[in-house]
Amino acid sequence: MKLTTTLVAAAAAAAFSVGAHGATLDDVKAKGFIQCGVSTGLAGFAFTDSDGNWDGFDVTFCRATAAAVFGDPNAIKFTPTTGKTRFTALASGEVDVLYRNTTWTLSRDVDLKFSFLGVNYYDGQGFMIRKDMGVTSATELDGATVCIQTGTTTELNLADYFRANNMNYEPVPIETNAEAQQKYLSNACDVYTTDASGLAATRATFENPGDHVILPEIISKEPLGPLVRHGDNAWGDIVRWVLNGLIIAEEKGITAANVDSMASADTKDPEVKRLLGVEGNYGEMLGLSADWAVHAIKAGGNYGEIFEKHIGENTAIGLARGLNQLWTKGGILYAPPFR
Amino acid sequence: MSSTGQPPPEPFRVRQLLYDTRYRSYTIQIFALVVIMLAFAWAIDNAVRNLAALGKDIDFGFIFETSAYDINQHLLDYDSTSTHGRAALVGIINTILVAIMGCITATVIGIFAGVLRLSRNWVVARLMTVYIETVRNIPVLIWILFTVAIVNEALPGIRSFRGEDAMSGLLFDSVFITNRGFYIPAPVFEAGSAVVGAVLLLSLAAAWYFGRWARVRQAATGQILPVFRVRLAILTVPVLLAFFAMGSPISLELPALKGFNFKGGIYMRDSLIGLWLALSVYTGAFIAEIVRAGILAISKGQTEAAHALGLRPGRTMSLVVLPQALRVIVPPLISQFLNLTKNSSLAIAVGYMDATGTLGGITLNQTGREMECILLLMAFYLAASLTISGAMNAYNRRASLKER
Amino acid sequence: MAGERPVAFVAERQIPPSPPPVRTGGALGWARDNLFSGIFNSVATLLSLAFVAYILAMVVPWLFLDSVWNASSLQGCREVDDGACLAVINERFMQFVFGFYPDDLRWRPVVAFVLLFVAIWPALFSSAPRKLLIFSALYPLLAYWLIWGGSLWGPVGVVVGPAIGWACVRFLPSLAGGRLDEGIASLAAVGTGILATALWWLFGVTAFEDALSAVLVIGLEPVESARLGGFLLSSIIGVSGIAGSLPIGIVLALGRQSNLILIKAVCVGFIEFIRGVPLITLLFVAWLLLSYFLPPGTEFDLILRVVIMVTAFASAYMAEVIRGGLAGLPRGQYEAADSLGLDYWKSMRLIILPQALKISIPGIVNTFIGLFKDTTLVIIIGLLDPVGLLQPIRADQNWNGIVWELYGFIALFFFIFCFAMSRYSMYLERNLDVGHR
Repeated sequence: MKLTTTLVAAAAAAAFSVGAHGATLDDVKAKGFIQCGVSTGLAGFAFTDSDGNWDGFDVTFCRATAAAVFGDPNAIKFTPTTGKTRFTALASGEVDVLYRNTTWTLSRDVDLKFSFLGVNYYDGQGFMIRKDMGVTSATELDGATVCIQTGTTTELNLADYFRANNMNYEPVPIETNAEAQQKYLSNACDVYTTDASGLAATRATFENPGDHVILPEIISKEPLGPLVRHGDNAWGDIVRWVLNGLIIAEEKGITAANVDSMASADTKDPEVKRLLGVEGNYGEMLGLSADWAVHAIKAGGNYGEIFEKHIGENTAIGLARGLNQLWTKGGILYAPPFR
Repeated sequence: MSSTGQPPPEPFRVRQLLYDTRYRSYTIQIFALVVIMLAFAWAIDNAVRNLAALGKDIDFGFIFETSAYDINQHLLDYDSTSTHGRAALVGIINTILVAIMGCITATVIGIFAGVLRLSRNWVVARLMTVYIETVRNIPVLIWILFTVAIVNEALPGIRSFRGEDAMSGLLFDSVFITNRGFYIPAPVFEAGSAVVGAVLLLSLAAAWYFGRWARVRQAATGQILPVFRVRLAILTVPVLLAFFAMGSPISLELPALKGFNFKGGIYMRDSLIGLWLALSVYTGAFIAEIVRAGILAISKGQTEAAHALGLRPGRTMSLVVLPQALRVIVPPLISQFLNLTKNSSLAIAVGYMDATGTLGGITLNQTGREMECILLLMAFYLAASLTISGAMNAYNRRASLKER
Repeated sequence: MAGERPVAFVAERQIPPSPPPVRTGGALGWARDNLFSGIFNSVATLLSLAFVAYILAMVVPWLFLDSVWNASSLQGCREVDDGACLAVINERFMQFVFGFYPDDLRWRPVVAFVLLFVAIWPALFSSAPRKLLIFSALYPLLAYWLIWGGSLWGPVGVVVGPAIGWACVRFLPSLAGGRLDEGIASLAAVGTGILATALWWLFGVTAFEDALSAVLVIGLEPVESARLGGFLLSSIIGVSGIAGSLPIGIVLALGRQSNLILIKAVCVGFIEFIRGVPLITLLFVAWLLLSYFLPPGTEFDLILRVVIMVTAFASAYMAEVIRGGLAGLPRGQYEAADSLGLDYWKSMRLIILPQALKISIPGIVNTFIGLFKDTTLVIIIGLLDPVGLLQPIRADQNWNGIVWELYGFIALFFFIFCFAMSRYSMYLERNLDVGHR
């Protein structure tokens, strides 16, 4: 009996000593790097070179966050996640933040208990098909075999769309983009559907991109953005304001090249001053250094620069800014005021 | 020494818990029980607190919620308005389908390869050895991916059947083998087909009864009847008569190319074909070894004795060798069936929507209920395994009775 | 009369031997006997030969004659020749072996791999010096340290735990003097030893590591788990799974044979549960659920979690193999041990297990082959084993659309390894088959 009590006490002691889930920000600062969940590989958004180094649109936002926290864009580890593994990776604490073309939906927010912190890419689900099939609209797709990436909102949107238009289809669920690509190219499916940005990225890697068309219908709203676990407000605030900071930087014309001079020179604009830590103690409020935004912008430039470098019109992906243009220029990219 | 009565009962001492074999086993078991229960309590307590920290609970209510996704191969009525529970059921049926198909073909391949490996024909025996060794030593997942890749890459696409110089299907344009899978004719049952079915059932019963009667007669009189030919006649003639008498109520619906895909007939998807073939070929290699070992286990004396009695080689095989070999073959064979069923969970790698793909895949992912989904999934596989091994034990009991 | 009878016949000269029938001598005769002895046989031979010729005609030109070894992309390959584009293997070979393990540190897994053979030497050959067993026991920590790097004090701290436990078992009973009953004292000592080891592992190791690291820093550059991949990852999972499952499997097998009902029930339950579910569901558990059952806040590396579940998986199969070994021993061995008056543990340790393990070695090797093949399943939970590496390679713009070369290469690797192991197990089976005739 006594032994039992001892064992119980020992087990309980063991359990308590490790402590409850700490705030992520403290954890991150203690371990000295951020763990960022990204896609396993989507051209332009997140990919590795043959040495295993990560780069891409989403990856750069992660690096900017690391730079804001530690002053070093390389204080970061990337965990590749599939559409399926991403939420568990985040929920189990394997990653601190998920920057992986993840659509903001109510159920993910409320039921899966994640906080979405903003939108870094406004997307929508589209269809890609071979040009010689002669299809010009998604409404002509009755009876088609459709490759979908599983574990995404894509399969739900697809079910809704075909149901609403009273059409039949043959879904082929696929785990990763690479596999879906293989199936589509070998003609095992007629249509490949995913976010339009993903389609453009995939098409860019084809031998003859011109043989494939992306149909005009966009069947869903896909606001893609970073997310963290519920109840992680201090940490979530940092991720949110790094993203907002990069958008404001574009608005104000702060680039990776001129950020140092903007921070030191006597800029007139008070919002720039506040952002770059020349005025006020906004960094301290976030629990960061005063010049966090300078580091974040230096990591990969402002929003526009990141866009142009990885997925813009001059890259192989060739995406137009479209909705992702600043609100002042006809888009809907709109960051709350920095004050 | 003392033969008078029992020794006086010793007072119980704590030491006896350790040294007295009567009590020691209880001590050990109670100690083990406490440790195991503590371990469980600890794990469950952790789980409860972890879930609470995440704001989750354990709730199987999602089973009755709308799944909102489509499943391509559903043998039950299913669409995106059905529940997650039904989606799981569709997946389970798909698992059972591929497992049964796989077990049948794997057995056929295995018996074929196992017997041929013992063949006196050098080339054939070597070829089978190469097959068995190659297949056994490469992971089944690679075979599955490889087979699906062969279907997708090497077979003609749908477009080859379209346009002016279109390919025509096999067997008078009724079977189409494409890189999206196989399209085969489907039977269509019209009024009157029930009669044909009933006649078929009756003839099956009659054939079985005839076999039994022939055996009894042979045991009594020694006369051997041409069982096979008579049975064939019993099975075919009445059914054919009924079929034409009812005005051919059963017809075939041929697949035809309409729009993007073939319509009509039965569509066996590429993932099903790939998974099925890969599992059959892989498990077949193991079964071949089992069959070979079973045949080799029967001593040559048995064959020679049968020959000495004047039995022809065919009858030696069917009456002497096989019944004995089966006793050696069946238990490991059934455990191979079990392996095949478990390996069918790799369907998830090629997008075949089995139980792992629906319940452990899309449902898990859309609802975020990992704990519940995986528990249900494990319960399903466990139930399937226990059923199969229960069947094996029943067979073992029956077979071992005859042993001496 | 008898004397008159002439000798019936005496051969005066030897009849020259007639030549052997054409159909039995030489290669032709062999072929006739073995390949074309009947219509069915001939047809089978011809069909088989045609099949082999067809496969060779397809594979040989593709793989040997028209293959391209040097190119930087699939298009580059196609420009040179239309056979196999082996350039991709050429370029990614090191990735297949090591995953994304840093270039300059690759000697470390290699050293660990070589030392593995030193560690398993005493297990394979009884002629090896017994002292090596200590090295074998320490090897897992050494290999962990070599592969993952970090401070040396962590692994040392882990070793200190059992040392403390051993000290408790050794010295506590004598400390108790005669005050306690001897048996109870030794039992209490064992209990304390186990508890002390567990407590040390839970609380002591980190402090120990920090304290010593403050004094003296000895360490290798740490390598994060995400960089492990390829055959290195398969080997880590396979080898640690089999090494961990052997002791657990022995315990489970003994438990299953035990006549303590509760112990037996627990062992049977565990074995049948694990054998009843597919490995993939256990991997799901490792990936999604295992961390729920650990104290809140504990972070466990995914590879470690996978190793834990794979070990549990292999243990159940190992237990069945060893149970077969135990059942294969003649009854007389058990009775002989009993008649010598040995208690349960002594008879197991000295008589039964050495023999039972010996006859189960082929089965153990087969379990290992099976486990090694099953390590490919980890791709489903996102680890980059050789099959998992196909994804990033095919996502690469340069190698987009390459299929057969990669599958073939991985299949060939597994084949070579597993085939060699299975031959070895057959060889063992023949060599070990001497004892019980």
